[in-house]
Amino acid sequence: MKSSAAELEQRVVISGIGRSQTGRRINRDSLELTVDSCLAAIADAGLRPSDVDGLITWPGENVSPMAGFGGPGCATIQETLRLSLEWYCSGMEGLNVLGGVVAAAMAVASGMCRHVLLVRTVTEATAQAGGGRQAAMGSRPGRSGGTTQWHLPYGSMSAASWAAWQAQIHFDRYGMGRETLGAVAVNQRRNAALNEGAVFRTPLTMDDYMEARMISTPLCLFDCDVPADGSIAVVMSTVDHAGDTPSPAIAVEALGAARRGRAYWEQRADMATMKAYDAAAQMWSRTTMTPADVDFAEVYDGFSIFTPAWLEALGLCGEGESKDFIGDGSRISLQGELPVNTSGGQLSEGRFIGWGLLYEACLQLRGQAGERQVGRADVGVVGGGGGNVGQAILLRRFG
Amino acid sequence: MQRIAADVSRPQGGDAQDGAARPPRPLPELDLWNRAFWTGGAEGRLMIARCASCGYWLHPPGPVCPECLSREVGAQEVSGRGTVNTFTVNHQPWHPAFATPYVIALVELDEQPQLRLVTNLVDCDPAQLRIGMPVEVCFEQVEDVFIPLFRPVGEPA
Repeated sequence: MKSSAAELEQRVVISGIGRSQTGRRINRDSLELTVDSCLAAIADAGLRPSDVDGLITWPGENVSPMAGFGGPGCATIQETLRLSLEWYCSGMEGLNVLGGVVAAAMAVASGMCRHVLLVRTVTEATAQAGGGRQAAMGSRPGRSGGTTQWHLPYGSMSAASWAAWQAQIHFDRYGMGRETLGAVAVNQRRNAALNEGAVFRTPLTMDDYMEARMISTPLCLFDCDVPADGSIAVVMSTVDHAGDTPSPAIAVEALGAARRGRAYWEQRADMATMKAYDAAAQMWSRTTMTPADVDFAEVYDGFSIFTPAWLEALGLCGEGESKDFIGDGSRISLQGELPVNTSGGQLSEGRFIGWGLLYEACLQLRGQAGERQVGRADVGVVGGGGGNVGQAILLRRFG
Repeated sequence: MQRIAADVSRPQGGDAQDGAARPPRPLPELDLWNRAFWTGGAEGRLMIARCASCGYWLHPPGPVCPECLSREVGAQEVSGRGTVNTFTVNHQPWHPAFATPYVIALVELDEQPQLRLVTNLVDCDPAQLRIGMPVEVCFEQVEDVFIPLFRPVGEPA
């Protein structure tokens, strides 16, 4: 397949992927998990740690107030693996969700480094120990400033409520109902049953979904992703390395990470859309490929409503049409015309903050997804985020 | 579904609607830019930042008008009327100050399109809430902060 990618993307490939043990409350040390995924990804790329000269992790060490949300930072990883780095980066904002993929591509394409190791480690399931994020957040003593001051006095403390705002508009404007979100959740649970690394693998029925307790209307328990433990790593390399990888390298066809207009979650001009739409628009502006070229989609589902929103944002269906596109879920199933979130997504595989989706896209493109392998996997799209951050990543088989 | 009363939370551990003792709402740290917004309720006024040069309203408040770049931005009283942009009835107990369920909404003020703020809808039946419904401001005092809340227009105080 001839590349139509912009110059930046043409210079970069995904050369390796790695994954630690993943699951729920596995009680493994965060650094140990990180080492497992990093060494797996480096070996998978046909490299040794001494070859790695770039490093990205998000958010970094001691950055997030939520226990288990972040893993070790760049310095700790560099020390542990004795890396020697030409470039490294961590931080809460610019690298959010899958933003590191864009940063790594820029670093490699610009010649700052040749092989960037990207790693995302979470131990939220263990850290929360069943108490939920409110337990991990603590009591938030003192008064709040900055962006949080507009939310905390109103008990607006979870992205569940903010995603619910978006869902309420889809319900009101386009006639979406809980059955659409239920079809997303049920489909993903079915996929997770075929994924040994998933947190939830027992079947979920539409009745189970409809009877679940409300979290923030119209979103119920099964509309929210599940905390997980584990680490996922990826190596992004200069395109000259593409012929030297043990597994097929994956081409980066197009990237998008735009945030246009107002930045705060609640200030988006059209609350039905959110930043996925900006990222997707930028991604499509960087390639001659079109939505018709996409064989499968791995899109961020921190909350189920993000999945239909991403399908619309990416042009995989029209505005307001995700309700009919998803229907009873058959079209987005593994056997459907557009398989979606084939690993179970964050709703069932677990909340790896976008990295489980990216890992799964790589497996599918390599034909290594086992029982979950979709029929045709030449081109896949990955969406990260969905609220006031978003990244769109179009991947294809290399060559 | 139960009706949501105005006293979503009560200051200083008072009894909320469900009879439970609750800590006060988390409060904002008052500063140069937000003080008028968070304290205008002491006089029953909803105060929003406005550019003195071009008349543009901005929220959250800040030091410069994003429309004309004038630095002459100051708080001015608005009508306190608006419409519901979107909402959610939150059932999850994220914080002990809040009796569940409670409504977290985005309200757009009548003064300007998309002049939008996060708030709670009170004095309402959640089953009757609709996007686009008219609402008006009311305030809940906690210490030195007067938190702007909204209720459906026409509801008795």
